[in-house]
Amino acid sequence: MSNRYWNEYQKEIADDHYFYERSCIRQTFFPGSEAAFLSILRNELGKDICDNPHQHTCTGIGYHSDVVPFNTTMTVVARLFSLMTECGYHNYVPSCVTSFGVFSEVIAKWKESPELKEQARQFLWDACKREFEVPDNIAHPSDIIYKFRFDLKPKMRYRLINRFTGKPLRVVEHIGCHYAKIFPNIGIGNAEFPYVLAGMIEAWDGEVVDYPERRHCCGFGFRQYLVRENRGYSIANTKKKFESMEPYEPDFIVANCPGCAMFLDKWQYTIAEMEHKTYDKEGYGIPVLTYEELTGLLLGYDPWKLGLQLHQVQCERLLDKIGITYNPSEKYKGVSGRINPSPAKPDCLRV
Amino acid sequence: MNKFGFNIATTRSINLDSANLSKSAALQELVPSYRYCIGCGACSATCSAASMTDFNIRQVHFKFSRGQYDGLVDELNKCMLCGKCVLVCPRGVNTRALIINMRKLLEE
Repeated sequence: MSNRYWNEYQKEIADDHYFYERSCIRQTFFPGSEAAFLSILRNELGKDICDNPHQHTCTGIGYHSDVVPFNTTMTVVARLFSLMTECGYHNYVPSCVTSFGVFSEVIAKWKESPELKEQARQFLWDACKREFEVPDNIAHPSDIIYKFRFDLKPKMRYRLINRFTGKPLRVVEHIGCHYAKIFPNIGIGNAEFPYVLAGMIEAWDGEVVDYPERRHCCGFGFRQYLVRENRGYSIANTKKKFESMEPYEPDFIVANCPGCAMFLDKWQYTIAEMEHKTYDKEGYGIPVLTYEELTGLLLGYDPWKLGLQLHQVQCERLLDKIGITYNPSEKYKGVSGRINPSPAKPDCLRV
Repeated sequence: MNKFGFNIATTRSINLDSANLSKSAALQELVPSYRYCIGCGACSATCSAASMTDFNIRQVHFKFSRGQYDGLVDELNKCMLCGKCVLVCPRGVNTRALIINMRKLLEE
């Protein structure tokens, strides 16, 4: 009987031939994640994924900050779908959880009110003489990694085991609110039991930390963050999560949303500067990884090519725990081969 | 203001795992009917002191039972102990005794 109920919490994820849409902010904060995802799909899983250079924003940040009206969002989304149609694909894969929520919202609106879809067609035609088809399948990249987690496992060089103690690493998983809290049936495990990241962690031998504020928002909240005077509310949410997870002594956090990964990482610096408080015993903070970085690390990708040096909380201690080899002298090596100077160190957070 | 131009907003949530509930537990011993309260607010609605001040016995009860003791002595001193609240309580809570004993416990 439990299996029957669990079936209601599954989602359909396409097997192959994906159209990828990049995030606005991820290439700044997690510059290796999207390249790692494309490499994992193409080189490890042998899948076909299109990375079209003409793509653009989904308007998500502006839309959720009430500066972009819905009609504009709908038309911009229609243009992105037109790129997919033009390339001959039917399975849409937006890199960002905010985009994933925006696309799901627009498609839900079009199903409820077909006249809005016709209006979007007209807007798009008037603006740029383009046409589009609605995707057959929309899946977040974390859904795809989740779907193929057991196919990836035999290819992995490392496991989520602490090599000093032999015990599973304790992992906090954080799922972006727009993944399944807006439309519960589009997420694996629904909004009630989101399993997309927990499934990866368990499959790769880690231990999921179940702490009281596990499903609380990271604090991004768009408007709360964009207006400086409101940022106190944003950081208060992050602090609440850290206080809740601290007693469980997690080894690292993994997130599937660009905003969540960024805020859970960067706010640790801000909290340390404001309150001289860090959330691990030794003052380094808790490393935050994207799911692509985690997958890439376990597959044996170079941590510096994944962009881990750009994180606020540095990851060397975690790499040591997993047993990943890396060259410290190449941490700040640029693509030209020149070694860049090390960044300034924070006053309170150890790096 | 710090260098960031904003501060961390303080939460209004109460964590019962870390709250000091010692006085609340002691009150339950002194006035057993304390635990029957359902928070209906009939006591506050009929309160004589509330018609002249901002005294709110329901709010005081709520804070006391969650270990939020700051400022409660001043609040309790607004009560005139008329006892109308005891007459209207649908659960038979001895609210007058509650107030007297809350004062005692807070002054200890």
